[in-house]
Amino acid sequence: MANSAKLGHNMTGAQMSPKDTKTMVEIVKRYSADVPGNASDLMNARREMAGEAGRVGSVPVPGSAKGMLKSTFEKMMGKNPEVLIDKLGERLAYERTGVRLYEAMIAKVQALDTGKGADPDLLATLQKIRNEEEEHFHLLVWAVEKLGADPTAVTPSADVAGVIALGVMQVLTDPRTNISHGMNALLTVELADNAAWELLIEMAESAGQKDIAKAFEKAFAQEEKHLATIKSLMRQDQLKQLS
Amino acid sequence: MHGLIGIFDNKGTPLEKQAFTWKELASRPISKLDDDAFTRVRVILMNGLEQDALRLKHFGARFNKSLQLPLAQIRRVEHHQMTAINWLLSSDHSPLETTVAYEQVAIEVTAAVAQNEPDPYQAQTYRYGLLEDFDHLYRYSAMLDRLEGKDANNILQGYTDIIPGRPTSEHHRAPESDLRDNYNKDDAALITKIHAAMITAAEYQTHDYYMNIGPLFADPVARQLYAEIASVEEQHVTQYGSLMDPDESFMEKWLIHEAMEVYAYHSCVEQEDNSRVKAMWERFLDYELGQLNLACDLFKQIERRDPAEILGGSVPRMIEFKSQREFVRKVVAEEVNMRTSGTQYVSKEEESPLSLDYRKQMNAEGVPANIVSAGYNWRPGTELSQNKP
Repeated sequence: MANSAKLGHNMTGAQMSPKDTKTMVEIVKRYSADVPGNASDLMNARREMAGEAGRVGSVPVPGSAKGMLKSTFEKMMGKNPEVLIDKLGERLAYERTGVRLYEAMIAKVQALDTGKGADPDLLATLQKIRNEEEEHFHLLVWAVEKLGADPTAVTPSADVAGVIALGVMQVLTDPRTNISHGMNALLTVELADNAAWELLIEMAESAGQKDIAKAFEKAFAQEEKHLATIKSLMRQDQLKQLS
Repeated sequence: MHGLIGIFDNKGTPLEKQAFTWKELASRPISKLDDDAFTRVRVILMNGLEQDALRLKHFGARFNKSLQLPLAQIRRVEHHQMTAINWLLSSDHSPLETTVAYEQVAIEVTAAVAQNEPDPYQAQTYRYGLLEDFDHLYRYSAMLDRLEGKDANNILQGYTDIIPGRPTSEHHRAPESDLRDNYNKDDAALITKIHAAMITAAEYQTHDYYMNIGPLFADPVARQLYAEIASVEEQHVTQYGSLMDPDESFMEKWLIHEAMEVYAYHSCVEQEDNSRVKAMWERFLDYELGQLNLACDLFKQIERRDPAEILGGSVPRMIEFKSQREFVRKVVAEEVNMRTSGTQYVSKEEESPLSLDYRKQMNAEGVPANIVSAGYNWRPGTELSQNKP
C-alpha cells in the first residue's frame, strides 16, 4: 500500500498515445452513430421501465400490530408507521455495516509502515468511532423492538443502504488503497449518517415516539463529532502531503 | 514457421509437482491504470482457455470411467491455474469495464487468428464473428459512458477503435444459420484445430461472464443489453464450436486442447512485459507441458496411436498480442454487410428468412443495443467532452 499519490506510467489517458487517439477520432467521423437519437433515449427507456417495475420489497408487519386494528396502530405511531420502521431499519443496517467499515480502516492504518509503527492517536480515534457505531446499532435494535418490530429483518431502505455501502466497502478493504482513499470513503459515510440521524429524530418526534427521539439525541451528537473528526483528519492528511 | 513439436520436447513440470497455496491463487492483481491493456487481454484469454479445459474434461469424464481419475487430477491443477489467472483482475474494474476488456480480447485475438488461419472458410468465420464482437464493443462503450460516465478508452488504451460494426440488432440469427462447416480432422492443419479450440473457449467464457454479471446491473436497459449480447455470444459458441470435426475422439480433442494451451502460454511468455505476470506464464507453460505429456501417454495407451499424428506439423507463428486496427478496419469496410444462410456466407439480401423471422420476433419490443447507443459517437474523455463551454 502506498501512502500517497505518486507519479508513474499511467496508461489510461488519450495523451499517452496521441497518434492512436487522432486516428480513433478520425474514424468516428467516417463511421459515426448508426442509430439516430442521443442519450435521452436511454433516459426515456428508464422512465418507461420504471413504470413497469415492482418494488425492492416491503416493510415487515410489526409483531405488535398483528391482531391490532389499523386505526389503533396508527394512533400509537402516527400515519404510515411503516415509514418510520423502514428508516429505523435503514439506520440499523447502516450502523452495523459502519462497524465493519471502521474495522477495515483500522487494519489499513495498522498496515501503514511509517517506520515507527502505526499512528496511535489515529488508531484510538478510529477505534472510538467504531465502538460508537456499534453502540448506535444496539440503540436502534432497542428502538425497533420498542415499536414491536423485528430488528433482524431487512427493510427496503436498509437493503438500499447496503447497496450504497458496497463501493465504500470495496475502497476500504482494497489493500492497495491508501489512508486518503479510506478517509474519503468514510467521509461519504459520515456525511450521510449525520443527515440521517438528524432526520430520524424529527421523524420519531413526528410519530409521537418521544422516548426514541430523546435517546437518539446523544447518538446524533456523537455522529456530528464523527463527521468533524473525519473531515479534519482528511484535511490534515492531504495538506501534509502537499507541503 | 516452426513446429510445436520443438516446444513439446520439453517435458515440463510433472503433474505431482504442480502445487499451489491459497495465497498464490489470490496474488497481487494487475493495475487497471498502469498495466498495458494487452496484459489484461492475456489474463482474460488465458482464464477462458483454462475454463474450457475444465469444461472439456468434465464432459470427457461423463463418457469414460477409466479416465475419470487422471482427468480429475489434471483438472485440479487447471482449476487452480485458472484461479491464479482470473484473480489477477483488480477489484476496481467495474463489471462493465471488464466487459469492455472482454470485447477487446475478442476483437484483437480473433483478428490475429483470422490472419494466421490457413483455411479460407475458417478464416472467413473468424472475420465474420469479429465484426460482431467489434460492434458489441461500441454498444458497451456507449453504455459505460452513459451509465457510469466513463471513457471505454481508459480500458482500451488506444489499441482498439470504438465505432459500429455489423449492428448488434442484426446478429440474431436462426440456429440453422449459426452452424458452420467443420474442418476435416485428417486434412486440417494443426493450427486450424488450435484456433477453433481457442476461439470457442474464449467465446464460451464471454457468454458465461455476461450471464453471471448481467443480473448484477440495476439499470433496466443494461440488464436487457447483457441479455441481448449474451444471446449473441451463445450463437458465437455454436458457430465456433461447429468448426471442429465432430469425428475427433475425446482423446484427440483433449490433445488438441492441451496443445492449444501450450501454444497460448508460449505466446504470452514471448510478449508479456509485466515481469510478475510473465513469471506466471512461464510457470504455467511448464505445467501445461507436463499435462500434455501425461495426455500423450494416455493417448498411446488407450488409442494405441502416436500423438504426433495429431500434434505433428508446423504452426505459422505465435498469437500476436498487438493492435490489429488496420486489419479490423479493412474487414469493416469490406464485410460489414455479409450475412449467413445455413453454413454459407451470403450478401445482406440473401440472408436466411428463418433468421429474419427470428430477429423480428426478438426485436419486437425494442432493441437494447440501439437504445444505449442512439447517436453515440466516441470522444476522448466521454461524449460529454464535446460540450466544452
